[in-house]
Amino acid sequence: MSTLNSLSLIEQINGLAAGTFSATELVKAHLDAIDRHRALNAFITVTPELALDAAARADQLRARGEATELAGIPIAHKDLFCTEGVLTTCGSRMLSRFVAPYDAEVVTRCKAAGLSMLGKLNLDEFAMGSSNENSAYGPVRNPWDLDRVPGGSSGGSAAAVAARLTPLATATDTGGSIRQPAALTGTCGLKPTYGRVSRWGMVAYASSLDQGGLIARSAADLAIGLAIIAGHDPKDSTSARDPVPSYRDALDSPLKGLRIGLPTAFFDHRMSDAMRTRLTTVIQALTDLGAAMIEIELPHIDHAIPAYYVIAPAEASSNLSRFDGVRFGHRAADPKDLNDLYTRSRGEGFGSEVKRRILMGTYALSEGYYEAYYKKAQQIRRLIKMDFLQAFTQCDLLLGPTTPGVAFPIGAKTQDPVAMYLEDIYTVATNLAGLPGGSFPAGRIDGLPVGFQLMAPHFAESRILNVAHQVQQVTPWHHDHPEGL
Amino acid sequence: MSLSRDDVTRVARLARLGLSDAEADRALTDLNAILDLVDAMATVDTTGVAPLGNPLEATQVLRADQVTDIDARDALMANAPAKADGLFLVPRVVE
Repeated sequence: MSTLNSLSLIEQINGLAAGTFSATELVKAHLDAIDRHRALNAFITVTPELALDAAARADQLRARGEATELAGIPIAHKDLFCTEGVLTTCGSRMLSRFVAPYDAEVVTRCKAAGLSMLGKLNLDEFAMGSSNENSAYGPVRNPWDLDRVPGGSSGGSAAAVAARLTPLATATDTGGSIRQPAALTGTCGLKPTYGRVSRWGMVAYASSLDQGGLIARSAADLAIGLAIIAGHDPKDSTSARDPVPSYRDALDSPLKGLRIGLPTAFFDHRMSDAMRTRLTTVIQALTDLGAAMIEIELPHIDHAIPAYYVIAPAEASSNLSRFDGVRFGHRAADPKDLNDLYTRSRGEGFGSEVKRRILMGTYALSEGYYEAYYKKAQQIRRLIKMDFLQAFTQCDLLLGPTTPGVAFPIGAKTQDPVAMYLEDIYTVATNLAGLPGGSFPAGRIDGLPVGFQLMAPHFAESRILNVAHQVQQVTPWHHDHPEGL
Repeated sequence: MSLSRDDVTRVARLARLGLSDAEADRALTDLNAILDLVDAMATVDTTGVAPLGNPLEATQVLRADQVTDIDARDALMANAPAKADGLFLVPRVVE
């Protein structure tokens, strides 16, 4: 049994460059691992032929000295990035047979970099959820404890990286869907600034909040991955034109003199003693590295969850109106008229959380309620953004927990949507403000991983990766992995 | 604000979303719990605050008026559940 899949992304790149192993051997090791860990249910579709073809091409190019640095390195995509010729389900029965006619821009960039796609990763249906239990293809299991959730919605991405099934996975984050599962699986997740990564070909949930990003095993590995997918795309009208810096070059900057803000609301009485101990250890590491801690007030932060659970469902109800049983997706049998076709196709195709959000969003946008809900939420959104901009005049970045606690047992919150929504309490505000945020391992509580979160000004992804990388030079947590892997 | 069962039916009709009776019952409970959560927004003074739609306040971008789309009708229609002669089929709407 090959253990090449246990190497980090950087070790894999170095091994390929030195000829220690071939891309074909590397991809085979990952495909074997995927096969051994089918019980995790991390993948919806595995594409061994495509992966081995890409690896063989990489090996030929490398033999001729023409390979790009990442040629042949494995990657897996969250199953809401469209992939030409390969099933894209979004975790929904609605799209159980949908084969996209084109690649998402993120997928195109990964192909251009020479990456070998291993397959498509499980997720909460249309990225709506915080536990990966809302997938029509069954829940993903947490590699640290198979009876617990991996978080969501990018639960497949996080579980696959934690279990060493891929060194790098794409993911998306609308209210915490990269950072929360990264925290609960002991992996590293980065949600870039809104607009930093193209949304073209990424199936829309809430368009003013959605952002593609990555899950990997270290900040340095994320820096390599982000360089592939970041940058302007004329096909996405909200794509940012700001130049993409060298994320790798920024990793080694010293932290001396850096001002790190600690939002008081993130460290108040609601934080458990165990989480406080983990965060205190992170703060100590940062202090030893020369950073200074400052307490920061974010006066409107407690209203982030209410505002988010109006704005996101409102945008979802609009985006998901495209699923009508006519152009693509599930179509009800024997419709008696057009309205029956729409109503039954959608009723049969969508799962319960998606229906809940469509109803909530439709209500919030309906006549007579728009001012009280949607407009009010957008006003609060501005207040929250202003809180952050004010904070960043006093500090360089913000630090807090990623989640309230550890991964919860499968089924524990499925009957209580509000309890599930509160999983996102520390993550949604950055989406509302469009800021970049990252989650990185902070050790374990009762044997299960938790994360610390860094939030930075718009387009300061380098700063997040730099700080996390420096912490990872002096702490062991990101090397932690489930026994037997 | 609290929803009635009739409100749920009305909203489901607006969303063209088929719900079974059991689903509508469950939706009533869940939506009222969610509304309890979001109604906390009413306590925030937002007088004079402009709504924020795009987090970067980007405005719509324009491009040169040139044809860029490729002709890919067959590929784009490949997923259509019912089609004929390059057209999407729906139940008859005009007698």
